[in-house]
Amino acid sequence: MTLTEGMDQVFVLLKHWLVGLAGPHWQPLLSDLISVAALIATFATLFAVTTLLERKGLGRMQNRFGPNRVGPCGVLQPLADGVKALIKEDIVPSGADKVMHFFAPLVLVVPVFLALAVIPVGRNMAALDLDSGVLFFFAVGAATELSVFMAGWSSRNKYSLLGAMRAVAQMISYEVPLILSAIAVIMIAGSLSTVEIVKAQAGYSGVIPHWYVLTPWGFAAFILFMIAAMAESNRAPFDLPEGESEIIAGYYTEYSGFKFALFFLGEYVGMFAVSGMAVTLFLGGWHAPFSFLTWVPSWLWFFAKLIALICVFIWVRGTLPRLRLDQLMNFAWKFMLPMALLDMLAAGLWHFIPAVSARWLVCSALVLGAYAMLARGLIQGRKVAKRTYQYAE
Amino acid sequence: MKNTVDRSNQVAPEPPTGEDSKPPFRGNGTAGLSKVSVSLPAPQSAPNSRNGAGELLEVSMGPQHPSTHGVFRMDVVLDGERVVRLKPVFGYLHRNHEKIAENTTYLGSMPYTDRLDYFCSLTNNWAYALAVEKLAGLQVPERAEYIRVVTAELTRLQNHACLAGFLLQDMGASGTPLMYAFREREKVLDLFESLTGARMMCNYMRFGGCRCDLPPGWLEQAKEVVAEFPRFLDEFENLLTTNEILMSRTQGVGVLPKELAVNASITGPMLRASGVNYDIRKVDRYGIYDRFQFRVPLGEHGDIYDRYMIRVLEMRESIKILEQGLRDIPDGPIVDPKARLRGFRPKPGEAYGRIEAPKGELGFYLISDGSPNPYRYRVRPPSLINLTVLEDMCLGQLVADVVIILGSVDIVLGEVDR
Repeated sequence: MTLTEGMDQVFVLLKHWLVGLAGPHWQPLLSDLISVAALIATFATLFAVTTLLERKGLGRMQNRFGPNRVGPCGVLQPLADGVKALIKEDIVPSGADKVMHFFAPLVLVVPVFLALAVIPVGRNMAALDLDSGVLFFFAVGAATELSVFMAGWSSRNKYSLLGAMRAVAQMISYEVPLILSAIAVIMIAGSLSTVEIVKAQAGYSGVIPHWYVLTPWGFAAFILFMIAAMAESNRAPFDLPEGESEIIAGYYTEYSGFKFALFFLGEYVGMFAVSGMAVTLFLGGWHAPFSFLTWVPSWLWFFAKLIALICVFIWVRGTLPRLRLDQLMNFAWKFMLPMALLDMLAAGLWHFIPAVSARWLVCSALVLGAYAMLARGLIQGRKVAKRTYQYAE
Repeated sequence: MKNTVDRSNQVAPEPPTGEDSKPPFRGNGTAGLSKVSVSLPAPQSAPNSRNGAGELLEVSMGPQHPSTHGVFRMDVVLDGERVVRLKPVFGYLHRNHEKIAENTTYLGSMPYTDRLDYFCSLTNNWAYALAVEKLAGLQVPERAEYIRVVTAELTRLQNHACLAGFLLQDMGASGTPLMYAFREREKVLDLFESLTGARMMCNYMRFGGCRCDLPPGWLEQAKEVVAEFPRFLDEFENLLTTNEILMSRTQGVGVLPKELAVNASITGPMLRASGVNYDIRKVDRYGIYDRFQFRVPLGEHGDIYDRYMIRVLEMRESIKILEQGLRDIPDGPIVDPKARLRGFRPKPGEAYGRIEAPKGELGFYLISDGSPNPYRYRVRPPSLINLTVLEDMCLGQLVADVVIILGSVDIVLGEVDR
């Protein structure tokens, strides 16, 4: 085994060694426990890193420093935040449905971690290789809507209720294009297994990898998937359910202390999960972006791509104002949904046209044509235009 | 017209009958306030939604709400997310400014005026100084007039820049436009600090002039700030003015018709966004505004986008005024030699001094009975009066629109409640 292979498989080998220490009856259980512990530890750490990255990054975008008081350059800020969340008083409103109020953050956090189980974070490094991994991912992910509504309803607060209403409407609407854009990939890869989908994107033409994002239908599906993912994880500009300037904090207005931190954790891990799925479906999973970079460990590539996508989330958050609910719905049903459907058609044509140049031409024309047509349809209904102003002397 | 706004503060009362007899008592000046807040349709007992199916939701937005710009409350009745009724409630920050001013000397009220609209202390100073100067017949030296114009226009720049930032913040833009605006505001506040010693509570103007002369190098510093400002505006406009989300969220939302704006005595950029050409700098030509070349931008739709754009365009016009003012400023005294700091007793009479503050017509109405204190002291706050049409603009809009409509009115609660 060479050094690069050893680095690539270091975590897999470590796990095998640890599992080997136990008796044969305990080995399956221990194997699962190690995977779960590794998953939770990794993504909880990534959560801490991302909060810092987000606050620092947003700060830089806004001509300020971001947190820089705790530890060198503020790197210990997430720790301080965690301690603060832990020791804060946990307030439950007297009118709240206490059981529901307690369970809502758990119902959010558990499914998002479950969803992470099917994401292959490196070669041989999927915690759970299900034949129907993608299906499992979306099925489990749908539980977050339940959690949000539980939180909003049980708090007995009007802002929470408004936030929950918005969240349910928004998340259900955007789940449709999210899943439909993933279907295009499933059609081409011919499998629902995340590991198989990553395998289907292996190989290089010259130095260029065979990622699905580098095809016309795959590119369109990737953009649709990312927009829907932003809406699913309630990130700006789709942060209506928690729109601070409108409804305080939306569905988690009445949460404090560690339950609030759990919502925060759930939101971020949900973002990792959905970004991880985007990496798996479109960006070749753990495969290196160029053929001459395959010596870099695969898990490093996965996390590099994941953080790159998260940086996009942060960038968009620092840039765009929030949409209004009706505009959000218009966008979901009048643009995202038909676009995703037409993109499925493009993926089908891609599969059945044998000649390379012909399928590039046909699919590009179809995707661009659909985009132009739908965007026109979206624009025509509105009376929004740049204006000129008159002056009085 | 449903809206009944009390305009007693603009109507000049009869002059006092004699030297020794005091003018009749005319109410405590908050009559307008109570009338405004009840100018709503009477609440029905069991309100039903339009289709009769669901219940209405009554939400009390404020006084602690992230986007009410202070301690302001809106009792909003919602049908789903649509506003059916809206009742603005203010007075949480009432601190008896007008009555206190009647019990202190004329000059003693000057620092208090800083705290009215704490974003624009210099224009507040000017409006009050203007009223007292009218009352006492003081002449402001030329240099002081120029300094006043320059500081007032700088105030306008930073107020409008921040307003645009806050508006985008209300729209959910996560602080970036606000921080860009605050970066520019800091530069203007640095100028104020080196001139007056304070960044926000400037307390700079005096009756018949200004408190102190410009420090050495101030003009050059100011010229630099003014020369840099258009770059900020270009950047800001580049990022925002044609932004798809901003346009679709603001155009056609919160429309204020021309007639209603006039009838409700709306002033300032809000009135001009509705297409009424009324700028007190042009109408009254107070101070030395008749010497400056500038134009008044006018909107035609009266929606939030127009209000935003009018402010942006006004900033560009303010830059023109500043350039001319900083170029032409003469040497000379900065206070009228007749003005007295001690024993200042204007002759009995009354005066109303008004200026075009960044938020609208800011007026001070004073009655003197010959004593060192004003007999009556009344502020015409543009924020409060512009706020009276809030319900008319919000009805039928969504909750998300209410906060940006409020943001586009440009209120400062220090001035609304006084």
